[in-house]
Amino acid sequence: MYNSKAVIAGIVAFLVICTSPFWANFGSGDYKKPEVVLPKKPECIESAEFMRAEHMQLLNEWRDQALRHDNRQYVSSTGKKWEISLQNTCMKCHNDYEQFCDKCHVTNNVDPYCWTCHILPKGSK
Amino acid sequence: MNKNRRSFLKVAGLSVFALSSGATAFSSAAQAMVSPGTYEPAPKELKAKRWAMVIDTRTFRTADDYKAIIEACHAAHNVPDIRSKADGHEDQEIKWIWTDSYKHAFPDDLNEHLADRVKKRPFPLLCNHCTNPPCVRVCPTQATYQLPNGIVTMDYHRCIGCRFCMAGCPYGARSFNFVDPRGYLSDPVPNPEYPTRMIGVVEKCTFCVERLAKGLMPACVEASEGRILFGDLNDPESTVRKALAENYSIRRKPNLGTQPGVYYIV
Ligand code: SF4
Ligand code: SF4
Ligand code: SF4
Repeated sequence: MYNSKAVIAGIVAFLVICTSPFWANFGSGDYKKPEVVLPKKPECIESAEFMRAEHMQLLNEWRDQALRHDNRQYVSSTGKKWEISLQNTCMKCHNDYEQFCDKCHVTNNVDPYCWTCHILPKGSK
Repeated sequence: MNKNRRSFLKVAGLSVFALSSGATAFSSAAQAMVSPGTYEPAPKELKAKRWAMVIDTRTFRTADDYKAIIEACHAAHNVPDIRSKADGHEDQEIKWIWTDSYKHAFPDDLNEHLADRVKKRPFPLLCNHCTNPPCVRVCPTQATYQLPNGIVTMDYHRCIGCRFCMAGCPYGARSFNFVDPRGYLSDPVPNPEYPTRMIGVVEKCTFCVERLAKGLMPACVEASEGRILFGDLNDPESTVRKALAENYSIRRKPNLGTQPGVYYIV
């Protein structure tokens, strides 16, 4: 191959740089499940497993149902009725945003912008 | 050769069909509900076929008479007063309900010899919740939409701030957030049950759709002590229909064909 030394060195350097994030993280500690502080109330609108996995889609659905279909009440799988409101239903129990929402959001590096408009409990604007 | 090409096209066509129908099945599955529960209207919700407002302007003399009403609306919806801070944004304003002169509110009525009591009276202005709302037609994201009960409202989550709706609305009923509104609100906000808006979205009067859902009349109606009526335009027995039947009323810019849902008794 023409100029093979430089070409092979180049390919090696390229591979090392491309995979460097993988090597840098290799063995640098396991993913630790964040320790959320659970609210005192025993029940959520649905099971903890469902909420953990699907709360984002559920909130989207709540928004569309409440705003576009004027369905502002949710009847849960257990038959209990809840007002559809992030601010006035969810955040009434989950009133410690930093110890609950933020714990997982920060660990998983997601930055939802709910709070640019919705009001966090306890006077935060 | 020909035969090969033919069978290639057949297979290709079938594959495209299979892939695209698969894709539609997938996208409709993505739209399916995720929640195991069901949805229903709020139990105390006030219902109407066509919500409308009738404002008896005869009982108001000065702009001050409207102050309590405007404050009630703006407090209920965390509408900021941008001009309250001397920070270079005083030329801006967010307003859901405000007052203006007769000649600005009703510019088609060119009668210059109108009675002073009408000509000099301030008029409260708000979104008209038009039957044919141009704002809805021009909104590219459906952030502004019309409910079956006639209310033209907004989903701020969707608003991209293009301001087509502001260009489309012939009544100046919409305000754009050029700055973060939270800097101009008290802490805690006037109504902690209601959200604020963010920089880059448009906002306007919603006919208090969130209060109707709780069985309450709009905040301005409640603060007006009976001088602003709110009810079902399609119900001949409603207070608004009775008021319209008994009094002379006008609407803003009727020749545009938007069919405003706000009536003024003059
Ligand atoms: S008054 Fe303006 S904002 Fe309100 S519905 Fe009519 S066009 Fe839309
Ligand atoms: S500014 Fe928002 S509401 Fe208005 S037309 Fe654009 S997306 Fe729609
Ligand atoms: S109907 Fe509600 S949102 Fe509209 S002006 Fe009156 S109080 Fe404000």
